[in-house]
Amino acid sequence: MDKTKILDLVKKYTMIIVLILVLGFFAIRTGGSILLPMNVSNLISQNAYVFVLATGMLLCILTGGNIDLSVGSVVCFTGAVGAILMTKYHVPFIFTVLAMFAIGILIGAFQAFWIAYVRIPPFIVTLAGMLIFRGLSNVVLDGLTISIKDYTTFVNVFGGGANCYIPDVFGDNPLNITCLLAGAIATAIFVFLQFRSRINKVKKHYEVEKAAFFWAKTVIISVVILAFTFRLSQHKGIPTVLIWVMIVVLVYGFITSNTKTGRYFYAVGGNEKATKLSGISTNKVYFLAYTNMGLLSALAGMITIARLTSAQPTYGQNYEMDAIGSCFIGGASAYGGIGTVPGVIIGAVLMGIINLGMSLMSVDANWQKVVKGLVLLAAVIFDVVSKRGGKMISKD
Amino acid sequence: MADNILEMRQITKTFPGVKALDNVCLEVARGEIHALVGENGAGKSTLMNVLSGIYPYGSYEGDIVYDGEICQFHTIKDSEHKGIVIIHQELALIPYMTIAENMFLGNERGGRQVINWNETNELAKKYLEMVGLKESPQTLIKDIGVGKQQLVEIAKALAKNAKLLILDEPTSSLNEEDSKALLELLLKFKANGMTSIIISHKLNEVSYVADKITVIRDGCSIESLDKKVDDFSEGRIIKGMVGREISDRFPKRSTDIGDIKMEVRDWTVYHPLYSERKVVDNVNINVRKGEIVGISGLMGAGRTELAMSLFGKSYGDKISGKIIIDGKEVKLDSVKSAIEHGLAYVTEDRKGNGLILSNPIKINTTLANLSGVSNKAGVIDKYEEYNVASEYRGKLNIKCPTVEQNVGNLSGGNQQKVLLAKWMYTDPDILILDEPTRGIDVGAKYEIYCIMNDLVAAGKSVIMISSEMPEILGMCDRIYVMNEGRMVAELKGSEASQEIIMSHIIKTA
Repeated sequence: MDKTKILDLVKKYTMIIVLILVLGFFAIRTGGSILLPMNVSNLISQNAYVFVLATGMLLCILTGGNIDLSVGSVVCFTGAVGAILMTKYHVPFIFTVLAMFAIGILIGAFQAFWIAYVRIPPFIVTLAGMLIFRGLSNVVLDGLTISIKDYTTFVNVFGGGANCYIPDVFGDNPLNITCLLAGAIATAIFVFLQFRSRINKVKKHYEVEKAAFFWAKTVIISVVILAFTFRLSQHKGIPTVLIWVMIVVLVYGFITSNTKTGRYFYAVGGNEKATKLSGISTNKVYFLAYTNMGLLSALAGMITIARLTSAQPTYGQNYEMDAIGSCFIGGASAYGGIGTVPGVIIGAVLMGIINLGMSLMSVDANWQKVVKGLVLLAAVIFDVVSKRGGKMISKD
Repeated sequence: MADNILEMRQITKTFPGVKALDNVCLEVARGEIHALVGENGAGKSTLMNVLSGIYPYGSYEGDIVYDGEICQFHTIKDSEHKGIVIIHQELALIPYMTIAENMFLGNERGGRQVINWNETNELAKKYLEMVGLKESPQTLIKDIGVGKQQLVEIAKALAKNAKLLILDEPTSSLNEEDSKALLELLLKFKANGMTSIIISHKLNEVSYVADKITVIRDGCSIESLDKKVDDFSEGRIIKGMVGREISDRFPKRSTDIGDIKMEVRDWTVYHPLYSERKVVDNVNINVRKGEIVGISGLMGAGRTELAMSLFGKSYGDKISGKIIIDGKEVKLDSVKSAIEHGLAYVTEDRKGNGLILSNPIKINTTLANLSGVSNKAGVIDKYEEYNVASEYRGKLNIKCPTVEQNVGNLSGGNQQKVLLAKWMYTDPDILILDEPTRGIDVGAKYEIYCIMNDLVAAGKSVIMISSEMPEILGMCDRIYVMNEGRMVAELKGSEASQEIIMSHIIKTA
């Protein structure tokens, strides 16, 4: 392989390389404890809301680097309403969930209307939303904390508390067999899909990756899935919240890469005028992005109150920043049009590992913020400079 | 030897793939008004950009001799420092600032940081008087008309101690009265010893005001005319501007023209921002099956605006008129409905309005017709998409390693082909091609012409908007001439010539 090819490869997989380096760093500095089963499991449960919100945020960012500042407040507000519905009005589980989703969608659509059809800048609309729904959360909760500890169905389904794991159907084992099995099945499906796609491509004479590269990629990803599920099986098994995260990641991963709707998000961010002149309603695309953000904020709201088994007016603070940060670290372009769901998830995992690693090293919380800020800045600088062909300073 | 304030000697400027200026020479005597004329794209603006330092020293070949010394301008500031001030065609004023603020933007009066507003306003008043503009320096730019804005631009130039004033199409957006006043102002400046260079299409104005005329054609300086010795008639100037041979730069086709495919009646469009300004004024045109119809005219004649307003009302306001396709009146209120009725508009601005440069050829090709490669649920068949893109890549001879390549990395000609592929994939009956060969090399131009011939041979109708007259003459069965929003002439391709088209434009200017 010549030099430019290696450079291209490094550029394409920068974040994965960084992820491995960071993980290695923390593995050494924490004496391996970051890789302990419990910590791997915690990484998922602690960051589930980030995965969900970052996926929604990606759609907003794709439309042209636009962000949604209101998600933290919307998470809090939907959570607060859900908690009130359950505790005060004794609404059954399923209706509570439906109501929370409905509220999320309504809030999303409300903001999306101003952004998409009236063309108020998203920054302004969602800044207003951030204030409005933070305030309303306080009003709804009357400034108090409401415990939902006793509503076990809700808590278990959305992955909070101590027992929110998929139970092992094969009885009590030191290793969670269900989890191992799930891991094996997932790996098998992955390998099958990889091969099917490659065989299809070969049959139809499309370009395929080099065989060695294909094998390396398939083996590495399979090993990662297996290792990951093995670690989880050593600690109570699959967290229920992982199911939600997987659903969101797979569904949105598919939508963004394989559907017309998904393509429109990239097109609008890539060149809005050209998209309009191609007969695509750009207003609708904006509307969809922000309405969907409301929907996913509601899901994140459920995950949040379940994990903390309560609703409080301060929940969800800075969640928008976690989501935005994950997107940009995960390779989404600050100008829109570029970014993928897998990329964003890698960004979120990287943020999660940095958080967890620093906590395990007992780094002061304030310094943690400093480090996270620097990582975010570095990621976006990398994006902008590499797009300018490596020139650091913009021409006057 | 005359006292020349400026000599540009053998200026050659190349852009990747194009020689924009080829050994151009320009001599301007002190205290004269010198006109620079030529067709769109002949290189006039490029020459002025070289002079003013927008294209810095070192990016061109040749010498600029100003006031007897060879100059090396690296930025606009350098040339302005010497007293060379350029006023561009598009006014560069900020609407929500006052006249005085605009006049001294980047040239602020006062100390290092602090602006002395009294001095600013006093000076502004003085320069406004010089240009004969009776407005308070405190008036906001948005509150005065275009004619007055043009005067502010000139006052701004004077405030920079201009010794050589360059005006690029100063009267293109002015009405007759304002134009006249502006020309008188230039003559007054001349009486006070100012030198001016004026770029203009309006040859009547040029022959009225200029002492000398330099004609530029295809990046070369063709001739210089002097009022004292040469004939300054419009006919004489036009001959210099267009006098080139048309050789076989255009592929032949056998014409098999059918019935009227689309007809546009009484089409009127207003400007989206200035709602009283008519951009397209009562236009009637038609195009037949298998026919290439050209729309000729100068930049700003309203051709693009006409095309975009027809294409699902994607430009303009208060649009009125009828579109008749195949004998039936249709309403095209959105781009989507225009596409559904078989229209395609291939934009003149392929980078701004046409392509997503950061996306691969594949994705650009299918963007306007994603339904063609996806199922009912909206899931895209990526194999099919790849096939479609590859098919067009072969058909249009798009030069690229694979269709996965980003469009931004292609040459202009190949980008234009991708844009054509995108619209051909929507399977249109009527294609509006807006400047389809702008900024691409001769070989690619020929290929584009061949594609156009194939399209009409397949029974499609093509409307071609172009500022390049040889192309219009070489390719079109019929030619409309548009000027200032109106269709001023309709000519048969075989009868038309550059002189005839030019004189139609100038007659109505």
